[in-house]
Amino acid sequence: MIRWNISRRFMRVWERNLRVYRRTWAISFIPPLLEPVLYLLAFGVGLSALVGSVQYRGAQIHYVAFIAPALLSINIMYNAFFENTYASFVRMYYQKTFDAMLATPLSLEEVITGEIAWGTTKSLVATVLMQSVVSLFGLVDYPQGLLILPLAVLGGLAFGSLGMLFTAIVPHIEMFNLPIFLLISPMFLFSGTFFPLEVLPEWVKPLAWALPLTHLVELSRSLALGQWRMELIWHILYLTGMSAVLFPLALGRMRARLIR
Amino acid sequence: MVEPEGEPVVQALGLRKSFGHTKAVEEVSFEVRRGECFGLLGPNGAGKTSTIRMIYGFSPRSGGTLKVFGLDIEESWRLIRARLGVCQQENSLDPDLSVQENMEVFARYFDIPRPEARTRAAELLKFVGLEHRSGSPVSQLSGGMMRRLVLARSLINAPELLILDEPTTGLDPQSRHQVWERLESLKKSGISILLTTHYMEEASRLCDRVLIMDHGRILTQGPPSQLISRYVGKDVIEVSGPDEGIRRFVMEKGLDHEDLGHRLVIYTQEGRELFDRVSRELCAQGCLLRMATLEDVFLKLTGRELRE
Repeated sequence: MIRWNISRRFMRVWERNLRVYRRTWAISFIPPLLEPVLYLLAFGVGLSALVGSVQYRGAQIHYVAFIAPALLSINIMYNAFFENTYASFVRMYYQKTFDAMLATPLSLEEVITGEIAWGTTKSLVATVLMQSVVSLFGLVDYPQGLLILPLAVLGGLAFGSLGMLFTAIVPHIEMFNLPIFLLISPMFLFSGTFFPLEVLPEWVKPLAWALPLTHLVELSRSLALGQWRMELIWHILYLTGMSAVLFPLALGRMRARLIR
Repeated sequence: MVEPEGEPVVQALGLRKSFGHTKAVEEVSFEVRRGECFGLLGPNGAGKTSTIRMIYGFSPRSGGTLKVFGLDIEESWRLIRARLGVCQQENSLDPDLSVQENMEVFARYFDIPRPEARTRAAELLKFVGLEHRSGSPVSQLSGGMMRRLVLARSLINAPELLILDEPTTGLDPQSRHQVWERLESLKKSGISILLTTHYMEEASRLCDRVLIMDHGRILTQGPPSQLISRYVGKDVIEVSGPDEGIRRFVMEKGLDHEDLGHRLVIYTQEGRELFDRVSRELCAQGCLLRMATLEDVFLKLTGRELRE
């Protein structure tokens, strides 16, 4: 019964999470503000002395300008993915928050949609914060750089849905180590984040392009460098397709898990 | 049997629920009338929780028909839930929020406007005696306070029917009586109550009618007093360490009794006379006379073996 029942009421679930977030916003704000500074210090001062500049799309760019948009992308991925795995799992499994909601006029789909919408929001907020810091160093080209904000929403939706799918299928919370070890960590390193994909051996390149973060990095880097071009549509389509598949899949698996 | 009055708020007919091959609820039919308190009784695993979860549209039913407020639960689940208050068995309070915020956030799930939510929250916290704790984090509340908060939270939408799944399990006597008093005053205000419990004292005190179920099936249903006189009688005589003499006596007299080995329980209508005789002549290790209770009915019907 109650198949695909989504109304605007999912915003009530989103509001609940916002309310909790506002209690601890000062602490929640620190990582996205501080992290880029740490990275830029380590890589900008430390590593770029060794690396100097990298070859990207036929031009030499400073290494710090190369990795700054990647840090933004990783930030987008982390915020939605971790919110919709660990945090959502705690609410679902330990706090019985979903059970309580399901005794009110909220449908399961609205609860899960609200959770993913919240994960997406966290990606967006973290991006606003981190991008402000990165921009102070003159590492984002404007006005194109503003497009990174809607990109954070798209990326948040994609990675939030992915996280929620794992939340629906893992038997216990420690199991999240598996997708993190097998998927999130390799993406962090091999999605054109810290070195250009061109340096990879030919046979590895398709693997790298299969990873969603690669597409997010490509988009944010092009926008931060002010290099919008039509072929970027393909990367947008990749992330849109990913969301279009994983979002309903997460809803379906969550229904199978919770409705007994 | 006296017919219950009032229009039905819950009508269950041939209700069934299976989990794979396990049949949790089989052919359960009952009605909850407006303004009454109806109790679902049964040992652990009897199917009580499965039954009420179907009523508030959490679990899809495997068979039978189910109407709440005259509406079909499958089609009108949202409308029905808007008029229900549910206290689940497990603590589902939001530990990330304060007492007051728990109330306000829950009100928003029902689309209650914020100012109204605030007023109602304050009223209800006062009703359950938690107004002085409105700013406390939920984690600092005692078990009894948490249960009262769950009760207050379930009333935020001014429900017509309150569903309580074991509302006092694990509470100390003081907290239990607190909850009972609140439920009694709610009942007086005209709200219908459906509760599950395995405390017979609770059921006798609160419920107008009860349904006893086990292994997913109904064993009996009716007002507690009627069930007691139908299944047990008026009085109960308990004989400790019964000997052959008393055993022969109950057999010869054809008395309704249960022999538990170390104890013999006699169910009777004329307790005083029988007790005088038994205690004078046949009671070696002591015996007592007491009024028959719902617990006697329950144990008689569901047996005395341990569950789980």
